[in-house]
Amino acid sequence: MTPLTPSDRMRRIGPDGRSLAHTAKEIIKPNDRLTAFERLEIYNRQYWFRILDGLSDDFPGLRAVLGDRRFNKLSQHYLTDCPSRSFTMRDLGSRLENWLAKRPQYAPGRLQLALDMVRLEWAEIEAFDAAFETPLTATDLTHADPGSAHDPYHSKASRTTSSAPSFQNAASPGAQNSVAPKGSIDPAKLRLRLQPYIRLLPLHYPVDDLLLAIKQDTPADIASNAMEERQKRKKVSAVARLKPALVYLAVHRIDNTVYFRRLEREEFTILDQLRRGRTLEQAISAAFRQPRTSKLTRANSRRKSAPGKPTTSRSVEQRAADVASWFQNWSSLGWFVRQP
Amino acid sequence: MPANRFNNFTTYGVGIGLRIPHYDHILRRKPTCDWFEIISENFMIDGGRPLQILDQILERYKVVQHGVSMYFGSADKLNRDHLRRLKTLVKRTKTPWLSDHLCWGSVDGRYTHDLLPMPYTFEAARLTAQKIKEVRDFLEVPIVVENVSSYAEYHVSEMTEWEFLNEVVERADCGILLDVNNIYVSSQNHSFDPAMYLNSIPAGRVAQIHIAGHSKYRKYILDTHDHPVIDPVWKLYDRAIQRTGHTATLLEWDDHIPSFDEVHHEALKANKYLASASLAAAV
Repeated sequence: MTPLTPSDRMRRIGPDGRSLAHTAKEIIKPNDRLTAFERLEIYNRQYWFRILDGLSDDFPGLRAVLGDRRFNKLSQHYLTDCPSRSFTMRDLGSRLENWLAKRPQYAPGRLQLALDMVRLEWAEIEAFDAAFETPLTATDLTHADPGSAHDPYHSKASRTTSSAPSFQNAASPGAQNSVAPKGSIDPAKLRLRLQPYIRLLPLHYPVDDLLLAIKQDTPADIASNAMEERQKRKKVSAVARLKPALVYLAVHRIDNTVYFRRLEREEFTILDQLRRGRTLEQAISAAFRQPRTSKLTRANSRRKSAPGKPTTSRSVEQRAADVASWFQNWSSLGWFVRQP
Repeated sequence: MPANRFNNFTTYGVGIGLRIPHYDHILRRKPTCDWFEIISENFMIDGGRPLQILDQILERYKVVQHGVSMYFGSADKLNRDHLRRLKTLVKRTKTPWLSDHLCWGSVDGRYTHDLLPMPYTFEAARLTAQKIKEVRDFLEVPIVVENVSSYAEYHVSEMTEWEFLNEVVERADCGILLDVNNIYVSSQNHSFDPAMYLNSIPAGRVAQIHIAGHSKYRKYILDTHDHPVIDPVWKLYDRAIQRTGHTATLLEWDDHIPSFDEVHHEALKANKYLASASLAAAV
């Protein structure tokens, strides 16, 4: 649908170059107060007001990053190129990241920051209403059948001994072929699923802090124009101060409230690999190796390790302790779920 | 017609739309309210707070589902994902009937998120009725269609809006959600007599009635659901109730939403008319 004019009126010429007044006249009856064009215009204006407001409500962070004028321009062009294809307006922003990545002119000088913010705000939308599944318990973990690579938690507990999960073998990069001790998890075969609501984001800017600050500074109902102006200046200032910094973020839920949780790079990698269906061993091995494909890490890492070599100076024992500690946190947050 | 096959033989009284600003009040104070109407699309999701709230509401209150995007009148085929999600929600709420609008709003899979008026043609009535039947067969719940407010009329129309509504509901054998505010708004925008509309409605098919406020502009009226119900709309409601008998009634208030008590108080004004209808029926 053709966007409105700068004064929020329906355009006189349609996308096919024809006069919209003429087209409207062919289809719509005038009445004693309105021409066919004016009657069509009521719908045209309502359409744009509705979807522009919807996108603005969903992306307050991007609005702050770009400023009102640029955000409005971006919104109009995005929604023209990517009209809604969903029965729900919740999905209006689902294609914004890909669209913006190909059109840097809409975020001049701030593309990466804008893209990070879009990723975060879309992740927040998805995390808000994605499914919750019954989390795995510690008992589920310790009774996992190491012989079942695909469905360890639905297999009968054939093991009578139990011990704390052992991550030591998996935390050693050369241990892919090792066998877990009897009574512990076999990381070579164990695959874990994450809660559907978890979104993992590698970010170039600490946009999580920025978004929280923006939301905190946005009163539900702006009391006056002066107040609104002050809020705008604060937001602009916060954006201007923001320096690049690698952030590995999990967007998740606790009691149906969305939270942002920063992760260590290795911690992030393990979760990301598990989400991609890798075994626990593969995930942990990947976490302690130099990533080869991540532009994010390549651009920022000062490490000189050869690909495939461990990148950390921490001992195997220390890494195993890290992994165990992370697993404890993830389990307490209920992040792992049963196989379907 | 208080209870009929189109509202699953229920006898609901006066309800209001369930809206986010009222969640806290409802869950904390547990006010008396006959029933709530939910916008189905807000709960056709996989998890999270909206469904948690809905489950809490369902523990205590009767809930009826009202949709805004089925688009019975669109030429597009029915969206199967939409239907599957809707059916999941129907099982959750156990809604006795399910309503959506007699309108179109999508083209080639692109959604306007608006309730666009139909061309009142026999062909459109046939296609629309067919889709209503498909939805009813899939969801296994009575379907009722709501007349929309409109701001435009088409040259191709072959009948009046009320004739079109009758044609569709007869062909689909479905119920009507009669929105008396929408009748009023359209009557003002298109210069017809709203009483003529009301008098032509097959009263036995009315499963539910909507009332609402609107905004008056210089050359037209917009259905904004952001004001109290005006007297002329109450008069239409009175006439509707005289024809249909005691019918489930719901006040819609979607913008500039006041407190729960204020919205509920406005809705309960309907009881005056419902009581006189019941009295007339008894006599």
